[in-house]
Amino acid sequence: MLCDICHKREATIHVTEIINNEVQEIHVCEECAEKKGMVTKQNFGLAGFLGGLADFGFTSEEEAVNEVELKCPGCGLTLTDFKKIGRLGCDRCYETFQKALLPLLRKIHGTAQHSGKMPAGTGKELENESDLGRLERELKRAIEEEEFEEAAKIRDKIRDLKEKNKREKKDEA
Amino acid sequence: MKLDDLLKQTNEWLKETGPECEIVMSSRVRYARNLKGIPFSHWAGTKQRKKVLSIIEPVLLRNSCLKNSLFLKMDEVNAVDKQFLVERHLISRELASGNSSKAVNISEKEIFSLMINEEDHLRSQVMQSGFNLNEAFRLIEKLDLELEKSFDFAYDRRWGYLTACPTNVGTGMRASVMLHLPALVMTKRVRRILESITKLNLAVRGLYGEGSEAAGNFFQISNQVTLGRSERELIDGITRIIKQIINYEQKARDFLFEDSKKQLEDKIFRAYGILTNARIISSKETIDLLSLARLGINLNILPGINIKTVNELFILIQPAHIQKIEGRVLDIEERDFKRAQLVRKKLKA
Repeated sequence: MLCDICHKREATIHVTEIINNEVQEIHVCEECAEKKGMVTKQNFGLAGFLGGLADFGFTSEEEAVNEVELKCPGCGLTLTDFKKIGRLGCDRCYETFQKALLPLLRKIHGTAQHSGKMPAGTGKELENESDLGRLERELKRAIEEEEFEEAAKIRDKIRDLKEKNKREKKDEA
Repeated sequence: MKLDDLLKQTNEWLKETGPECEIVMSSRVRYARNLKGIPFSHWAGTKQRKKVLSIIEPVLLRNSCLKNSLFLKMDEVNAVDKQFLVERHLISRELASGNSSKAVNISEKEIFSLMINEEDHLRSQVMQSGFNLNEAFRLIEKLDLELEKSFDFAYDRRWGYLTACPTNVGTGMRASVMLHLPALVMTKRVRRILESITKLNLAVRGLYGEGSEAAGNFFQISNQVTLGRSERELIDGITRIIKQIINYEQKARDFLFEDSKKQLEDKIFRAYGILTNARIISSKETIDLLSLARLGINLNILPGINIKTVNELFILIQPAHIQKIEGRVLDIEERDFKRAQLVRKKLKA
């Protein structure tokens, strides 16, 4: 298979990415990949590719100019660094680059709200919230797949959880 | 345990003991975690990486899931040994290269492998034989619960576990399944199926990792999304789809067996003939022929060969393994010769 960019050399790097249900397949030779910043000598990966995605994905040129010097107080990473390496520098980067990250996270994951586990002791109320989201998605799936008995069970669970949340809020008040 | 002890044992996940192991070679779940307040490993300075290692190492050494583990600091591991660990799926290529203070903790049966200072501070993985994401998930949860008692992981209520790459944030979980799909490849249906999979937020890779082509008809399928779904949902989602693919592969095998049995037998026996007679053989050719042999065993066309031997050969015939077995550095020509010897010996045993 020939490289998608130069159409001359053999493509040795194959990237398949799914972004919002769209498949993008790219086959390139090493030389072109390096030129395009998709690989560094030691390490090829999502990083450069992601950086590229960020580039045309979420900022208008105007915004890009304004934000170019935004720097994380936790680790010194700038938005330009992030675009180049496609990775963040520390846990505080998420807060620092929030504006740029939110659309990117939605693009990659379809959402920007965590609903998985949390470290023990992070809070009961939070747990209920994410349970609720999860149950609602399960309900949707069960209905789509016509598993109505299961759907009824999930519906009851959602009702119980909502009532429990209400009671807890009342207790706190 | 010492590094060279690994050579004497078969990875647990190659033993062909798990469910659906005729089509599913192995299942894997990994979690990415970072310590609060320290830059992620790829961006951290030498001192900070050292600090990460000094915090994590003692905790792993007393973890109950990791008794009798092998703890290796990558600075002290030579190039062939690093490659050897990559070939066994115990470390990533990234851990094998680059900056200091990288380490790996490998559990006794190679079920758990924890990489320190890869791009994230800690990457834990659990491997299982066959289609067994549930057991892999149970084990990694057990490990993670224990680790949580000792570490303050970087976490945000909106974004979950914070990771270096935004493609891992949230659960930090990647669940993957290694499928052997020779019949779908032969019947030319694999491409369409895999294309539709990528529309379902799953990623497809080859046996030998990121960027590798699907050598030996092996395809690794994993979740692409890590945020906005619970770990359980992600596991259930991928499980549902893998079940369908297993079903397609089974049907394609039945079809080939009924419709073109002679041609199929011919292909498989030719592969076996080369494997048991060749004097010089490359990795790629070996992998493709072993793939046919594996199908032959599963369809009872090739009787009398242990499938475990064939599975094990997929790992043993790689360059660093050949060199470890011989106990010295070999050039390509020597390796191709020793590889042929090894394959003959193993298949005739």
